[in-house]
Amino acid sequence: MANILVLVKQVPDTNARIVLSGDRVDLSAVKKVMSPYDEFAVETALQHREASGGEVTAITVGGAGADKVLKDAKAIGVDHIVRVDCDAQLDSNALQTMLASVVSNLGADVVYCGKSAADTGAGSTGPGLAECLGWASVSNTTSVSFGDQLSVITPSSGGNARINVPLPAVVSCDKGDIKVRKPNVKGIMQAKRAQVHVQSVEVPASTISVVSHSMPPAKPAGKSYEGGAAAAEVAQLLRDEANVI
Amino acid sequence: MTETVVIAEIVKGAVHPTTAELITAAQALGSQPVVVVPCADASLADGAAQFSGAARILAAKSDVFSNYDAAGWAAALDAVAPAGVIITSASPQSKDLAARLAARRGISVVQDVVQIENGNLTSPIYSGKAMQTVSLSGNAVVSVRPNVFDASGNDGSADVSVVDTSGNVATAVQEFMARASTRLDVAEANIIISGGRGMGNPANFSHLEAIADTLGAAVGASRAAVDTWEEIPHSMQVGQTGKTVNPNLYIAVGISGAIQHLAGMRSSKYIVAINKDADAPIFQHADYGIVATWEEALPILQSTLSTMMA
Repeated sequence: MANILVLVKQVPDTNARIVLSGDRVDLSAVKKVMSPYDEFAVETALQHREASGGEVTAITVGGAGADKVLKDAKAIGVDHIVRVDCDAQLDSNALQTMLASVVSNLGADVVYCGKSAADTGAGSTGPGLAECLGWASVSNTTSVSFGDQLSVITPSSGGNARINVPLPAVVSCDKGDIKVRKPNVKGIMQAKRAQVHVQSVEVPASTISVVSHSMPPAKPAGKSYEGGAAAAEVAQLLRDEANVI
Repeated sequence: MTETVVIAEIVKGAVHPTTAELITAAQALGSQPVVVVPCADASLADGAAQFSGAARILAAKSDVFSNYDAAGWAAALDAVAPAGVIITSASPQSKDLAARLAARRGISVVQDVVQIENGNLTSPIYSGKAMQTVSLSGNAVVSVRPNVFDASGNDGSADVSVVDTSGNVATAVQEFMARASTRLDVAEANIIISGGRGMGNPANFSHLEAIADTLGAAVGASRAAVDTWEEIPHSMQVGQTGKTVNPNLYIAVGISGAIQHLAGMRSSKYIVAINKDADAPIFQHADYGIVATWEEALPILQSTLSTMMA
């Protein structure tokens, strides 16, 4: 019987246009979804439960608006949902310290998370949380097999490596070949009634602060050509002008 | 002046040239950095001595560094790296290490930095749809995107000293599975040629592979191509739900330039687009855009490159 945790994060829909208001990103009109890689983490957590028995608890950090991502996880099949109540902008140290305290309190054999969140793209939470807990970690896995240890596949120089990971561990999941299950009607009904367990944890001070957001610098217009014959000239320019070949 | 430490980027058992870019980034933040080279064999560190701008080179020698293990590497580097702002590459492995090393020191990590100005750090967020600038108070670990900062140069002569270190390795490699193809992975390549659904069918990717072989490039694909053809594996996918790449040269063939794809490659140094649709969004991001079918353009590109590279 395994005690399985999975971290999920609510992010702007990855197809949404991002706009600024002053020098900050304005997400007020943007639909929020579960970060895509977290869907693989949830699926892996559910497969782990099916292989070994046990329970899966999904955790998110945020304000009440973040309950939606937990209900989505519940509808797919997790057993318990926990929101760490904190709406503040946190740096990695503050966030991971909070999560480590929550994970320690809940107790766990394994924590799954997405390889990175679609908003920051940082990928820091999994390995950082593992270090805070003194656990093993492995990142960017494309396949996980379950036993007393985990056996995972992760990219390695020149190909992939199959790696044994002792438990407890934090595993960050890439897309891989697994198919993510969709919620069914029963799951959605259960999710509606499900209780979100709200936890409050002391928040350490952040040492990294956001100064501003901006749009990416516009790229100067490039050279354009009509017809395939131009490929010869472009090849020459790649060598003589751009110096990249 | 902020003390800085660079963790040398190790690829295939050698110090990677992007390490010289990390030295430039370190100088932009503070002092000349101490360059720490994780190695099982100290002679590896000689590969860092040529880079200009390092205060000194520290060969951190340990069997831990034979295979990558985040816990072991972070412990062994933490034991020997001086205090300061630590700079790593933003390769997938080094981002993982950066996060773990920061947590070990109880400091924060800033990933994927592409600009350093007045001590403030700028990184892409929302897959490059916006930029975020942050300030540090105190030390941090900072990962820097490859091919963004200039290399510091190659006339260095810093002293190399060796220090033994150790750490508990948590994970164990059971086996390495080499890719069937000897071609580079998109995450490792300096030049990438990618195909989209405009390639018509997956067999036509052989034309991209031929050019990739001429250039020593990797072959990538759009999500549309990966989703449509099972012959095109997800490992080739460049974009938001695939790999984020930052090569010197990105050649997009038959790719319209969906926001999903742009998110994974828009920060490439030079972008060539070949597409028959003159209105394809990819052209707005191309340094060199060719409005043509791939059937017209690729044979000419291939033969010109073959002659040039011969």
